[in-house]
Amino acid sequence: MTARVVLVDDHAMFRAGVRAELGDRVDVVGEAGTPADAIRTIRASTPDVVLLDVHMPEGGGLAVLEEIGSSLPDTRFLALSVSDAAEDVIAVIRAGARGYVTKTISADDLADAIKRVADGDVVFSPRLAGFVLDAFRDAPVAPSVDPDFDQLTPREREVLRLLARGYAYKEIAAELFISIKTVETHASNVLRKLQLSSRHQLTRWATDRRIF
Amino acid sequence: MTATVPSTRRLYRRPDRGLGGVAAGIAEHVGVRVGLVRLAFVILSTAGGMGVALYGAYWIVLPTAPGAPRSRIPAWLEYTIAAVAAVAAIGIAAWTMPLGGLFAPTMLACLGGALIWRQATDPERDRWRRLSRTSLAAGGTDRVGRIRLVAGSALVVTGAVLVLARADFTAIRDGLLAMAVTVVGIALLTGPMWMRTMAQLGLERNERIRSQERADIAAHLHDSVLQTLALIQRNAASPREVARLARGQERELRNLLYGTRTASGQLADELRSAAAEIEDAYAISIEVVLVADAPLSPGLAAAAAASREALVNAAKHAGVTTVSLYAEVEPDAVSIFVKDRGVGFDLDAVAADRQGVRGSIIDRIERHGGEVKVRSQPGSGTEVEIRMPLR
Repeated sequence: MTARVVLVDDHAMFRAGVRAELGDRVDVVGEAGTPADAIRTIRASTPDVVLLDVHMPEGGGLAVLEEIGSSLPDTRFLALSVSDAAEDVIAVIRAGARGYVTKTISADDLADAIKRVADGDVVFSPRLAGFVLDAFRDAPVAPSVDPDFDQLTPREREVLRLLARGYAYKEIAAELFISIKTVETHASNVLRKLQLSSRHQLTRWATDRRIF
Repeated sequence: MTATVPSTRRLYRRPDRGLGGVAAGIAEHVGVRVGLVRLAFVILSTAGGMGVALYGAYWIVLPTAPGAPRSRIPAWLEYTIAAVAAVAAIGIAAWTMPLGGLFAPTMLACLGGALIWRQATDPERDRWRRLSRTSLAAGGTDRVGRIRLVAGSALVVTGAVLVLARADFTAIRDGLLAMAVTVVGIALLTGPMWMRTMAQLGLERNERIRSQERADIAAHLHDSVLQTLALIQRNAASPREVARLARGQERELRNLLYGTRTASGQLADELRSAAAEIEDAYAISIEVVLVADAPLSPGLAAAAAASREALVNAAKHAGVTTVSLYAEVEPDAVSIFVKDRGVGFDLDAVAADRQGVRGSIIDRIERHGGEVKVRSQPGSGTEVEIRMPLR
């Protein structure tokens, strides 16, 4: 089954390029160039996956997620950006996106990432892994509602480091002598922690980034 | 734009003619006969030795013309004569003049100052002029300047009070008058020369700055533009490649001309810019992931340089279009990974005399107390791990 996809990006050229590159590996059921447009299109077509540009006029990908992210349980969002801005990416993930890839991703990898997200997995590009490691770095743990969400386990850290170094899930599994399924579990646990953590560091870290 | 500097006649000594060549130099400068100038010095000498003192001062202060014939007297003898003459003149003045006790130290100080000024090199004079300017101008704002200003004023006032309290006024009046006249005379005589020296110093400094900038730009053009042109020639068959090289070079030149990028001395910037350059030069994309940052110590600079080398190796030999660069600053060490999924190689099969990895990566890191691990197998890519302890 090919995933039904909506492309959201304010550059028509980019949408056309992605559509051509992906070819028949996915079923593109809609395109949108603005957040408002995107919300309408996504509501109408209820796709499996929304490829969501982080940076757009009128609020960007975050506006779309905040509006309809929680109301469509069967639609999953994959963030796509040229941006290096960690706080934007983290904000989109915390708002519910299931992964983040950069626009320089190859067509094969993008098709693979879409399929993975459609199947319910999460997608960690090396850059996202780096952002998350940075966010959870050397934790002087502040009191919080649920401490479980505020720390990464050593194993999760290991998995993230390998992701950041450019390892694929399969390679990580071989490296750590665990199954691919376990790697996927670690990855989605990390994503959940990132979304649910009320960690003091996350806000402080984001503030640090904004100051720069 | 070239500024045309009017060629000015400068006052030089002519040591090839007469004792110190002072009279000859002045005669040439002013355009009168040497005899007249010499006569003037002799007449002045009868007035309390003023002629001798003036001659000595000129001898010390005036330069010889560049490329002029050398003095008939060796330099050491010249200095000895100058010193003896100065001491004698000051001694006589101190002995005979009513105010000699005051005159002699003043004259000595002036001569000393002149001597120091003459010995100083251009940059030093330059610095002194700046210092003296800031000590007055910035006296209110700069702490050191304020202290200097207060101390200087205190000294001057103390000196004046001492002189006025000790000396009886009628005797001092004539002496002070004579001194004032002399000072004004010297200022009038040497003023233009000083002004010209100042102007010349400014010109020279500007010239130095300009030539340094030129050298920097030349070095930069050599490293980047010539390199790019060579690559373009090698890739002339591929329009895409040529366009990419040109674009990369354009960006770099823009940075140079409009100065958007400055080296910040941080590891992350160093790695990022190395990756960008290699992306441009070898038409690959490098996935750069950096966690935390640290200021660039010698060890980290070596780690960055070695990472750059590892990236170049991957770009050249791995046969891939993407390479991963991951660097993490931990509390006690920095880890950097360069990974590709390319052809890989058999570590044992690499000839011992191959310098690439050994010299530019492993040795470089080990010299700074770090360690390198290279993992590679034919067909399954290569990963270079560099670990550099912090402090």
